[in-house]
Amino acid sequence: MKKTTYLLMAVISALFVLSWILKAGSLSGETDNYVIQGFLITFSAFLTLSVLSFLYADNPLYKFAEHLFVGVSAAFWMCMGFWTTIVQNLIPRLSDGLSSFFEVPPQPGDYNFFFFIPVILGILLLMRLSPKGGWISRWPLAFIIGTTAGLNFVRYLRSDFIKQISNTFVPLLGTEWQGIGHFFSNLDLSASGQLVTMAANWVIFLGVFCGLIYFYFSKEHKGAFGAASKVGIWVLMLTFGASFGYTVMGRISLLVGRITFLFRDWLEIIS
Amino acid sequence: MRSRSSISPGWTLLLVTTLLVCIVAAPTFGQMPDDGVITFEDTVQVMVAAPTSLIATDHKYDDGEKIDLQWVPSIDDLPGIGTVVGYRIYRQDDGGVAEVIANLPAKANHYRDENTELGHTYIYSVAALTDGAEFMSNLTESISPEREWIDFSKRYLFLIALLVGGAVIYFIEIARRGKKLFVRKIAGLEAVDDAVGRATEMGRPILFIPGIQDMDDVQTLAGLTILGRISKTIADYDTEIFMPVSRSLVMTAGREIIKSSYQTAGRPEKYSDNMVTYITDEQFGYVAAVDGIMVREKPATVFLLGAFFAESLILAETGNYIGAIQIAGTARPAQLPFFIAACDFTLIGEELFAASAYLSEDPKALGSLKGQDVGKAVAMVIIVVGVLAATMGQAWDISSMNSLVDILKTIFSTS
Repeated sequence: MKKTTYLLMAVISALFVLSWILKAGSLSGETDNYVIQGFLITFSAFLTLSVLSFLYADNPLYKFAEHLFVGVSAAFWMCMGFWTTIVQNLIPRLSDGLSSFFEVPPQPGDYNFFFFIPVILGILLLMRLSPKGGWISRWPLAFIIGTTAGLNFVRYLRSDFIKQISNTFVPLLGTEWQGIGHFFSNLDLSASGQLVTMAANWVIFLGVFCGLIYFYFSKEHKGAFGAASKVGIWVLMLTFGASFGYTVMGRISLLVGRITFLFRDWLEIIS
Repeated sequence: MRSRSSISPGWTLLLVTTLLVCIVAAPTFGQMPDDGVITFEDTVQVMVAAPTSLIATDHKYDDGEKIDLQWVPSIDDLPGIGTVVGYRIYRQDDGGVAEVIANLPAKANHYRDENTELGHTYIYSVAALTDGAEFMSNLTESISPEREWIDFSKRYLFLIALLVGGAVIYFIEIARRGKKLFVRKIAGLEAVDDAVGRATEMGRPILFIPGIQDMDDVQTLAGLTILGRISKTIADYDTEIFMPVSRSLVMTAGREIIKSSYQTAGRPEKYSDNMVTYITDEQFGYVAAVDGIMVREKPATVFLLGAFFAESLILAETGNYIGAIQIAGTARPAQLPFFIAACDFTLIGEELFAASAYLSEDPKALGSLKGQDVGKAVAMVIIVVGVLAATMGQAWDISSMNSLVDILKTIFSTS
């Protein structure tokens, strides 16, 4: 590393320690653990700024935050997987001896012979580590993929196909149609009025119909079919535009949350 | 001579006065305590009629865990009167003590007991509740829940699944017999080979990101299917590929797919397990690492194919920042706008699932795609029929059209 890098690291470390001391000092009257609390808040702010520094360029501070995050989270999820899935959910259903070894009290009726099946599948999956028996791990993988495909078939058929169809049966003239003369003589432009209801129903019908045409792959999109397909993609893009704006607002609120943390909890500039 | 039975005017006056006092005082009689303070105990309990015609029936097409109750509400449970404040359901299990199993609001006339057990016998009653009393209905006959082996309420779902599944099998068979099945061009997929070629020419790696969901997500499966086709081209061109994953099973599947592609290309020695690396299950930990990989390795091409959530824009924007050509695809509507904004090509929803068939030209995949198209065509016809029927039924009150809509809604109900 260059001399300037060392110098920069020293300055950042000094600033960190200074911030820790000042933060701990400001917390001393509020909590008994003010030294630890001061460290945690300062370290959180340091990590936040390290991650945000990526906006400028990749740098050692970002690398440090990235590796810390990856390491801690990987270890955390491994422990969670072992203790919640294997120890708490699996072991009480298989063995009283192992339950008492892990100090997980078995509940009456917990024992279930069928839970040996995932154990066997799990062991077969670990056969991948064996140089010669690696092919065996394909069987549990095939089981997982096959089961998933089968279960999802019914789920998606319901939610993405059947439900969408039944929700599209809308009256294009609204629910209170009494003739064209009556419609124009009682024209109501309010959100709950007949005109808006009619327009909404037309958008639903045409949007779904043209959207389906766009996703129809067995025919070239030419002529009237192509025109309907273009309407379909326009409907999709308008929907995506609205969704984009909505989601960006959500992300801005996350940014506001971090900035609030920096300026209120760490620097105490705002109340 | 006066009759002895006649009443004198004085007595008549006294009687009339007493009667008037009684009539005037009647509404408050019994409400006014000695101390002048009105309490709950001092109020008169309002008498209401009990619910009637209570019947219990076994719930159809279940595993023997439900019993349906139906009754006629109390005749005093009328709008505006408000004397009945609700209903209370009692259940006697195998001749035991009757227990309260539910409290329902006024106007309720049915209830489904979903906590019954096979082999048990139950007797039910329903009480109309006032502010201070309960008025019990008749008891039901003893009833035991029964288990049905086939759920016929899902018969239409079965028939629709049969139609779509049958169409898929039919077209797979057609494709296997060698008939060429037409599939229109999909813009993003046309660019896959170009994108791989670009990376080869630039001597830079390809980054494949399969989303952050596990193998139980159909989008991950679709992404990995496309990986199979991409990795074959990569193996042919001898390009470098890197695939960071956030799920251990996806890592295993990814390694299998790439290894198989290298073996098919006749270059098994070029394959390395390091091509597919597990990072972490944590969403943003994974994103931080992948962003780091992007800016350090500078891949020429980035594929983002699978299930993505809040990380979609962060990944796509970093890929855009390093100048990589990006091909993305997901079926999550909330994330598609970000891919469309930041990537060169985006496979929208169904296109992601169609991609594997289009790229591989495998009869099974093509037949599946054509079968799904049959489902879409049927859906379009039914939507047109349903919308026309609903419009005519509502606008001109044609009962046959309303009946048609009801039939269609029954068939296409999700229950």
